[in-house]
Amino acid sequence: MAKIDIIGAGAAGMWQAFLLSRQGHKVTLYDPAGTPSQNCASGCAGGMLGSYCEGEPGHEEARDLGLEAMEIWKEHYPYLKLNGTLVVASPRDVADLQRFAAVTQGHTRVGADEISALEPALEDRFRDGLFYKDEGHIEPFVALEYFIKEAAAQGTKLVAEAWEETDADVVVDCRGLAARDHLKTLRGVRGERVVVDCPGVTLSRPVRMTHPRIPFYIVPWSNNQFMIGTTAIESDDRGPATLRSVTEIMAAAYALIPALGEARIAFMDADVRPSFPDNAPRIIIGKTQSGRPRLYVNGLFRHGFLLSPILAKITADYIESGAKAPGVLLEDHGEW
Amino acid sequence: MTLAQTKTADSLSIYGETVGSRLLLGTSQYPSPDILRRSVEASGSEIVTVSLRRESSGDGKAGQRFFDLLKSFGARVLPNTAGCHTAREAITTAHMAREVFETDWIKLEVIANDDTLQPDVYGLVDAAEKLTRDGFKVLPYCTEDLSVAQRLVGAGCQVLMPWAAPIGSARGLMNPYGLRTLRAFYPDLPLIVDAGLGAPSHAALALEMGYDGVLINTAVAKAADSVAMAVAFAKAVEAGRLAYRSGIMPPRDMASPSSPVAGLALL
Repeated sequence: MAKIDIIGAGAAGMWQAFLLSRQGHKVTLYDPAGTPSQNCASGCAGGMLGSYCEGEPGHEEARDLGLEAMEIWKEHYPYLKLNGTLVVASPRDVADLQRFAAVTQGHTRVGADEISALEPALEDRFRDGLFYKDEGHIEPFVALEYFIKEAAAQGTKLVAEAWEETDADVVVDCRGLAARDHLKTLRGVRGERVVVDCPGVTLSRPVRMTHPRIPFYIVPWSNNQFMIGTTAIESDDRGPATLRSVTEIMAAAYALIPALGEARIAFMDADVRPSFPDNAPRIIIGKTQSGRPRLYVNGLFRHGFLLSPILAKITADYIESGAKAPGVLLEDHGEW
Repeated sequence: MTLAQTKTADSLSIYGETVGSRLLLGTSQYPSPDILRRSVEASGSEIVTVSLRRESSGDGKAGQRFFDLLKSFGARVLPNTAGCHTAREAITTAHMAREVFETDWIKLEVIANDDTLQPDVYGLVDAAEKLTRDGFKVLPYCTEDLSVAQRLVGAGCQVLMPWAAPIGSARGLMNPYGLRTLRAFYPDLPLIVDAGLGAPSHAALALEMGYDGVLINTAVAKAADSVAMAVAFAKAVEAGRLAYRSGIMPPRDMASPSSPVAGLALL
């Protein structure tokens, strides 16, 4: 069994700690912002596990990895909700829905009756939609807490400090954008969200609305909370959500479900997702200063929660047996 | 003459700068920066537009990485004032863009309405006058309306960018008559169709009508294969331009045989 240091306690790091400690490795998880981390892109996620919806052209890799990842989620996470995803469009934006249908898989067309049956809160408001029945969702904070606790129960040592070189056999670097000190091509893609409390509204699954200007999604969490998110801005700015983004997000949510007009704003925030130039995730095999393997798990873009389990499995298989994963697991030649 | 020779002999001049490709590309909404880069390369486009406003939330430095990426393409970066609703906003954005991109070219957009993204022609003329005075070379996104065009030219614009249809609508040339009138009125002014094109055939038609170029964004960015669609538009633009220069046969009411009739045996 190997001695493994994991750096970064966001979604990627927690899944690494969970799977690797489960396999009997001696794991230590480091994050100066706590375990789970209080300062990471995962903390600002929605928790949609939308393997098909995220498979628009250019993101086929994320879709294929996402489908494998869903199986791992099902196996290990008892609080996973598997109610699918509903995508709707207002009548005047049906062209956007048609385009979305043409470029994604795993959906069926649904009309007014089916939309009302799936989500009574949307009753009589939409005539056209797409139902992705095999998708799921989770609650980010709950999942982070759960996996960190499970990892600790399996022997993972949690250290709320910055990592410094140890005698570990392998280092798994899950620092996200902070790893830009070694991976120069990483960039930030900013996302903003609003979380509201609304006891009067019930949704069973994430609902996305296609819109030419403000595509957005709403994810039901527990305790009558809803996460409303939208933006993907090419920016490294980690500052608070802007008035303009929040206004657009909330106006769109209110248009989707007028009853959300009475929702109370719990909080709003923003962060940036670590992304490579092609927005595809990678595990890059580098070296520590003392020459030990340092595996960079990074570039999860909008798919941090969705893809973390499969990246953890690929990492674990590589550490166990040197197993290859073409296109995902790559030697470091300094090009990243 | 080969295609390459035709292109070299027929370059476009905008504010004194020679531009080889008549296809301008917008840089928003691509699946990834990598696909954006490959699309620009494949299209041969020499001018790419970028919105300063949306891509630089915060202190203006945060979007620097994206701007650096655009600069690395080797194409001229043409910043725009997308999303500005007043002349004042557009002017401020133009000044920021001049700092960030070190260019005095600005694609001026002043938007009247969020649903149609229709130009606010009053604000546009106002901003164009002030920016020209400030030393900018203004490329205004306008309607095909001749009276607006005259005001913009009067304000110092040496290029006009009339819409074909609302931005992102993919409807093609909605008012061919108006566009022809504008072209006929300004035979020597560079005119570039800016918005609303969906299919390469729309672009070809604009060039066949004598327009000097087209600017495409959504139709390429949101295609199932952006890189291939960029090539399709580049070919359509070339075909349309070559056809225009070759003298397109005007439509006629009656049939006319394509095989010679004279000399046929009378049986």
